[in-house]
Amino acid sequence: MPFRKNVKQTNIYGLSISFVSSGRAPLLFLVLYSSLSCVLSLISRRMWGLARQRVGFGNFSSPILGQVLQRIRPLGSVLPKNYSTAAKEMTVREALNSALDEEMSADPKVFLMGEEVGEYQGAYKISKGLLEKYGPERVLDTPITEAGFAGIGVGAAYYGLRPVVEFMTFNFSMQAIDHIINSAAKTNYMSAGQISVPIVFRGPNGAAAGVGAQHSQCYAAWYAHVPGLKVLSPYSSEDARGLLKAAIRDPDPVVFLENELLYGESFPIPAEVLDSSFCLPIGKAKIERQGKHVTITAFSKMVGYALQAAEILSKEGIDAEIINLRSIRPLDKATINASVRKTNRLVTVEEGFPQHGVGAEICMSVIEDSFEYLDAPVERIAGADVPMPYAANLERMAVPQVDDIIRAAKRACYRSVPMAAAA
Amino acid sequence: MSAFSAVKILPSPPITARSTPKPSFPFVFSSPSSPTAGGIHRPAAAPLSSSPRPLRAVSSHVLSNEQRVASHSHQDEAEVTREEALDLYEDMVLGRSFEDMCAQMYYRGKMFGFVHLYNGQEAVSTGFIRLLQPGDSVVSTYRDHVHALSKGVPARAVMAELFGRTTGCCRGQGGSMHMFSAPHNLIGGFAFIGEGIPVATGVAFSSRYRHEVLEEASPSGGLDVTVAFFGDGTCNNGQFFECLNMAQLWKLPIVFVVENNLWAIGMSHLRATSDPVIWKKGPAFGMPGVHVDGMDVLKVRAVAKEAIERARRGEGPTLVECETYRFRGHSLADPDELRNPDEKAHYAARDPILALKKHIIEHDLANESDLKGIEKKIDDVIEDAVEFADASPLPPRSQLLENVFADPKGFGIGPDGKYRCEDPKFTEGTAQV
Repeated sequence: MPFRKNVKQTNIYGLSISFVSSGRAPLLFLVLYSSLSCVLSLISRRMWGLARQRVGFGNFSSPILGQVLQRIRPLGSVLPKNYSTAAKEMTVREALNSALDEEMSADPKVFLMGEEVGEYQGAYKISKGLLEKYGPERVLDTPITEAGFAGIGVGAAYYGLRPVVEFMTFNFSMQAIDHIINSAAKTNYMSAGQISVPIVFRGPNGAAAGVGAQHSQCYAAWYAHVPGLKVLSPYSSEDARGLLKAAIRDPDPVVFLENELLYGESFPIPAEVLDSSFCLPIGKAKIERQGKHVTITAFSKMVGYALQAAEILSKEGIDAEIINLRSIRPLDKATINASVRKTNRLVTVEEGFPQHGVGAEICMSVIEDSFEYLDAPVERIAGADVPMPYAANLERMAVPQVDDIIRAAKRACYRSVPMAAAA
Repeated sequence: MSAFSAVKILPSPPITARSTPKPSFPFVFSSPSSPTAGGIHRPAAAPLSSSPRPLRAVSSHVLSNEQRVASHSHQDEAEVTREEALDLYEDMVLGRSFEDMCAQMYYRGKMFGFVHLYNGQEAVSTGFIRLLQPGDSVVSTYRDHVHALSKGVPARAVMAELFGRTTGCCRGQGGSMHMFSAPHNLIGGFAFIGEGIPVATGVAFSSRYRHEVLEEASPSGGLDVTVAFFGDGTCNNGQFFECLNMAQLWKLPIVFVVENNLWAIGMSHLRATSDPVIWKKGPAFGMPGVHVDGMDVLKVRAVAKEAIERARRGEGPTLVECETYRFRGHSLADPDELRNPDEKAHYAARDPILALKKHIIEHDLANESDLKGIEKKIDDVIEDAVEFADASPLPPRSQLLENVFADPKGFGIGPDGKYRCEDPKFTEGTAQV
């Protein structure tokens, strides 16, 4: 078997590889099956000469399976989609659909409501098949009444039901923002814990393609400002599945910011993600790529751009560490600060408007907690401070691109020399 | 006679899953009340409403027959038993005395912020809420002290909440405008105009959902009913109309009660509304709209009974417009200069408590000394509530960060890498936020 030979050559995989090649497969088959498929995928990546991922090699005391799985990092748009491996691939759309399906089947109190979620199968087909499976009482097509149906969801949540309220885009949530903030976020506090609100508000957030100013705003900073809310933003399919399940099971109001352009993107996922009890913790960021020269934080679509930037930067000798925030509120300041203490430089990337944005909060957190560790001023990249234009070239200029991330990272890395006159 | 006597209620179909709405029975509504209900500032009939038949801005399958209901003011017979009458009396006196005490306490500095008093509107609260069962819910606005008391929240808890003490019904975290009591199914307390209506509709939705999807039976024998209270100003708000639509569309067990006191702070209802007749807006959405004299608790109670039972049977929502009046200003900070003193005098003469007292005496349900006994008892209750609230402690510092989340991991991970809520010092405020 070709893989055995390759396995023995590479000693970075250490213990797990010798285990695999030991021939005790029959007894440990079930345990090793997924590690096998993961190893296979890694090997094929090596064979295809793609950039290796240096990921947490840490200590080997954790369970083998967990170790091997830890090494799988969905590269998303970086990898070609057609490598032959046993790793399963799933689009973000399928991930969200399956998460909703499983949570609705596990708990009859979960129901979905929003515009076009039923007979239309979802404006972006996220809720495909759910109406047939669960019926019109649990998958409700609402009239165009964001304020009304968001409030109805909140009222239902007060009495222990677990609504998932879909906004066609989060721009429309502005018509319902009173309920998200005043009726949902603040109620557990105002009632001194008597009434909790286990509701999820979800939908696409941020810019799509050519949809104009009123359909393109990113609301992460708006909702993350409010105490009492949890705000999540997935990037990959694994994030989408795990975080949506966590959000639905959470007893507090959760704003779940998806991204329309990511719905169709396919990511490889390990087998454990497919398990119906798979859940990701809220408040923990994920290090998508380990690095040592600069920390780049991003969420949602920008994670893909940051990973691309990291590839290009690595060719120029800058090893970037990419953090996928996953959770905007609460922000995983511990992970971010630990990373900055290691790399000493920070670049934050977001799609939304710059003033009072997510990046501003991250930069401040790093300055508060890790100032002595910084070797360069913190950098933040955000969308242009203009309502989103329509023309395709202007739209490209209004949203951060891979080049912008690369430039900022380089600036952060070369700042240690005396600053020249403003460039 | 019942307020719905003009109305034909056909046997309702079994509560079916809501798919496409098939109105299988015609909708009904009652006609407007007699002119004697008019206050000084009621318009001389606007062109539309002066026609003998109300404007038919409804779809054809909604109208059935349209008989004039006999004027509500003809309901003279005692419809209540002695126990019921005394219960109503006690509840209204409790509401009135409590609010008067609030005013005193506010001017002494014990209460602060925004305080909105309910004097004069007691008949609406008492008339509706005393008919509810424990599983039914009340959703209110910022003028919610008396709704809380009628629903059964102890006066002590409400007073302590107003004083901002930790023994209040929300431990001092809500205040005058945010009364919540889960055991009494009292949901707010919403300071935003119109905010409570969709929430109430959602509570009614949950009642139907639990009955049909989760198949939980309610001890009331039908659906748990939600009563949403709001004012005339709210009836111009978009959320009101959105919820009339959805409540009717999904046949939710809710009663929308408009406490039309003609004034929204200083904005007269007639200056703010193109068509000031509110009950008519119900039939526009396919539900019955009823007008009732909100200064007469027995009339309110009669209408309430029908509306609540309709909802409980699963026939859907009702819009009830109660014509009422607040004797004090919008809030204790309102100088109340815009209202005509004659108008105030007119309604003061129709004080619901005095009206009920008169009714009780005239119909020999009780005598003066019984009523005086009740008043004395209420005075004691209020005094006790004030003493209790005064003696209660202020919330401790650790309470500041409590209850922001049901799952406190929402505070995230601290700099030491562990969840902040796991740090025992977190809520004491000694740990860094």
